[in-house]
Amino acid sequence: MAQAITTSAFHALKGTYKGVVKISLMLAATYLVAQGLSSFLPAADYRSLFGFSNRTAVWVIAELHLMFAAFVLGVPIFAFITEIVGVATKEKRYDELAREFTKLLAMAYTLTAVLGCVLLVLFIVLYPKLTGYLSGLFKPTWLLYIVLIFGEVIVAYFYWYSWDLLQGAAKKWHLVLGLLVNLWGTALLFVADIWVTFMMSPAGIDDANNLVSLWDAINNHTWMPINIHRLLANVAFGGAIVAAYAAVRFLNAKTDEEKARFDWMGYVGSFIAIAAFIPLPFAGYWLGREIYQFSEQMGVSMMGGSFAWLWILQAMLIGGLFLASNFYLWLGMGRIPGAERYTKFQIGMMIVLTIGFIVWATPRSIIASGAEMSAMGGSHHPFLGLFGVMAAKNTAVNLMILTTFFSFMLYRRGNRIPVVAWATAGKAVQALVIAAAAVVVVGYGVYSYFVPSITRIGFSVYQVSAVLAAMALFVAIDIPLLKGASVIGAIRWGQIPARAQYALFFLAVSFTWLMGLMGYIRSGIRQYWHIYGRVMDESANAYTMSHGHATIIVSCIVVIFFLLVSVVFWLAARNDPPPGPRPAGGGDGGSAADAASMPLAAASLGRPGGSGAGGRAA
Amino acid sequence: MIRYTFYIAIALWLAILAGLKLLVRPPMPASVMMIYMTLSTLGILVFVAANEERFRHFVAPLKAVFEGRAPKAVQALVLAGIPLLLAWGAWLRTAPTWDAPYEPRVVHPEPPSGFALHGKRIETAGLKNPLRTADAATLEKHTAEGKTIYYQNCFFCHGDALAGDGHFANAFSPIPANFRDVGTISMLQESFVFWRVATGGPGLPKGATPWSSAMPVWQNLLTEEEMWKAILYIYAGSGSTPRTWEEEPKK
Ligand code: HEC
Ligand code: HEM
Repeated sequence: MAQAITTSAFHALKGTYKGVVKISLMLAATYLVAQGLSSFLPAADYRSLFGFSNRTAVWVIAELHLMFAAFVLGVPIFAFITEIVGVATKEKRYDELAREFTKLLAMAYTLTAVLGCVLLVLFIVLYPKLTGYLSGLFKPTWLLYIVLIFGEVIVAYFYWYSWDLLQGAAKKWHLVLGLLVNLWGTALLFVADIWVTFMMSPAGIDDANNLVSLWDAINNHTWMPINIHRLLANVAFGGAIVAAYAAVRFLNAKTDEEKARFDWMGYVGSFIAIAAFIPLPFAGYWLGREIYQFSEQMGVSMMGGSFAWLWILQAMLIGGLFLASNFYLWLGMGRIPGAERYTKFQIGMMIVLTIGFIVWATPRSIIASGAEMSAMGGSHHPFLGLFGVMAAKNTAVNLMILTTFFSFMLYRRGNRIPVVAWATAGKAVQALVIAAAAVVVVGYGVYSYFVPSITRIGFSVYQVSAVLAAMALFVAIDIPLLKGASVIGAIRWGQIPARAQYALFFLAVSFTWLMGLMGYIRSGIRQYWHIYGRVMDESANAYTMSHGHATIIVSCIVVIFFLLVSVVFWLAARNDPPPGPRPAGGGDGGSAADAASMPLAAASLGRPGGSGAGGRAA
Repeated sequence: MIRYTFYIAIALWLAILAGLKLLVRPPMPASVMMIYMTLSTLGILVFVAANEERFRHFVAPLKAVFEGRAPKAVQALVLAGIPLLLAWGAWLRTAPTWDAPYEPRVVHPEPPSGFALHGKRIETAGLKNPLRTADAATLEKHTAEGKTIYYQNCFFCHGDALAGDGHFANAFSPIPANFRDVGTISMLQESFVFWRVATGGPGLPKGATPWSSAMPVWQNLLTEEEMWKAILYIYAGSGSTPRTWEEEPKK
């Protein structure tokens, strides 16, 4: 036993060491290539890549890098949460699930790092002047970034390789490692956001663009809002990718055990995705407001000006996310005995969701023909105009959040009947809480049409607070309420219609698309500025491209991303099982012998006929 | 009830269509109609598909038709109906109309970072209405003067009630802005409004249609102060206030 521990400790160290060497080599190569190219190429402010647009090149690579970074940030958060759940519930399958996805990280890190290195070379080669300026300004943060990269690699590799070593009593140390991975990852995100947000809302520099205060430059207007929005989005994204992977595996599953396992996996993934998705609109609203506040020009061009049309796409995707989440939960209730008690609520919920979606998607600038315009009396429809403004959209999205939350709670209660003495009173209070929040949201929504904008903005805070408070209260009552509840029947995992799995897949694609699209909007509203209002883009590509063209590029990026992710899943499935003893204990699905003799991921992915499915995953 | 899911869904869809077409006045533009009906369709379909039993009953009539179990007359009706519907749709899309073509309209284009006013350059960022003081009496005086300016200049287009329905209003396309609408000045900062008043239709940025706006370039006719006064009035007169950020808690 002691020897087994030493060997696995040795393997953990060796694996980590290999990871560090890999990253070091990569960074060194990048440095050499960048140095070589910049001394070899004639000096210039801008260069193009063999005649290929420098903007598109940087755009595609940067977005892919960002998506992979989101993946390697989101998946450990997912893994960490499920690992904690595993410890709390003492259910082995959560630990296995966390392990299965952590396994992907080594591969995904490598890909992220490669993309990052390519991106850096592109910056230096294609935008030498701007890159020079920015790196001069932010030198300390660059160094910090490199330190963080190494830290992240060390901790993450160690997290993975020590999985089997740190079990049982040592599990808490593994959880600490998991926490560290996530703290490190979050720090990386925050540092990268410095450069992005500085270009949006520069601060801390004087009129001649010399650095006055590094901290002001870091802590610029949009830094925190983007940090928070991206962090939440990444959690949602990580969960959605897990769910999509599970969905593909479910659809390809041959046996009932496999179906049950992937059905459950899809549920856990979607649970985390939806939970992180619920506060996103609030964070987004804050971000939008900060942008507006920093520059009215940017704010107007984002929400009302030329980019307004892309928000219609965003609204479509987000409305779709809400519909798909509820759709999935409701179909999932079909496999929960007793959940049919709650089917009756669905019609009302659907009405709220659809109307909310309609309001959320009502354009502010309406397309109308001449005749329609004169019939409306202007380009503002007196009635539809009411829906075009933020007050209406806030009201709509708050109601949609509340509804989705309610779906969740019904799902949770599906097969349980509360037995505590105060059950009836508790349920009544819960209903009241939801109703009260809805009344507050609608009430302030309507009232906000009658007050000045400054008061109106305050209202959105009340609406959000009401919804958050209602959710917190509901859960606070729900936990004791369901304590020791009598169970009607076990959840029939695996008995969910295939179409529910398509909804999961849709979630992942929508999130990815949203990332690409919103990132473009954020970057595009700077128009012909590199650093908004300070450093102009003097290249031939400074123009704002047509929406059609831009969205095609975004869509291509999404397709490439999914292809690359499938490669990661596929390679992870083919990889040899890592050395070291595996604790015995069956997986939830696959036969116990399988799971005990090799890691779960390999066990299920490497099964004959299974690896092909893995290739198509996600 | 659940046995009739299919028919209820169809009836509901038709009812929504009829409601939007007949009850919303003035009629909504086709583009919005399209969005609303698409989303309603989606809502109905997702609802139907989100429950096994509902879904079964929903597809049952369809299956009956396509598997040849429904009465012959119904089958014939459906099989003839689908191509006819498609043909009708194709006709609607291609038939010539007298209507002027769509004009994508950006109601509020992004303001420039600065613009020329009486030969000097004005920065939009941080621009404030110098006449909006806390002193109520002065403010009232300026607003009253603004009212006179409004009636001497703007009234003909923007109307007596500031609702964009002045005497000339219908001669223009786009028609003058309705200041009582929540979607116009009440959602704009005063700096934006000042830019629009000072530079008018010709001042609209390149990216923003319409280029045919009849809104005059007021800086050619009014002084800077007069324009600010007029702005004070259009807010006061329409019962709205400009968008501001100042009083917000600093993050
Ligand atoms: C010849 C007719 C005409 C006159 C006179 C006129 N306007 Fe306008 N105005 C328009 C039209 C047409 C529009 C809408 C198209 C546009 O936005 O350019 C408009 C738009 C505006 C807007 C933009 C509102 C928004 O939501 O973007 C403001 C502000 C405005 N007018 C203020 C004034 C003021 C103040 C005066 C008087 C000093 C005035 N207008 C006089 C025709 C006129
Ligand atoms: C309603 C729910 C919303 C969802 C689900 C959502 C989702 C997302 C996602 C997934 C991203 C990509 C994050 C990343 O790159 O890591 C994103 C970015 C962004 N969102 Fe949202 N968002 C929502 C609301 C909003 C709102 C209301 C606004 C502002 C008005 C907003 C503004 C932005 C901006 C500007 C970005 C780009 C930031 C960047 O560069 O990554 N979002 N959003």
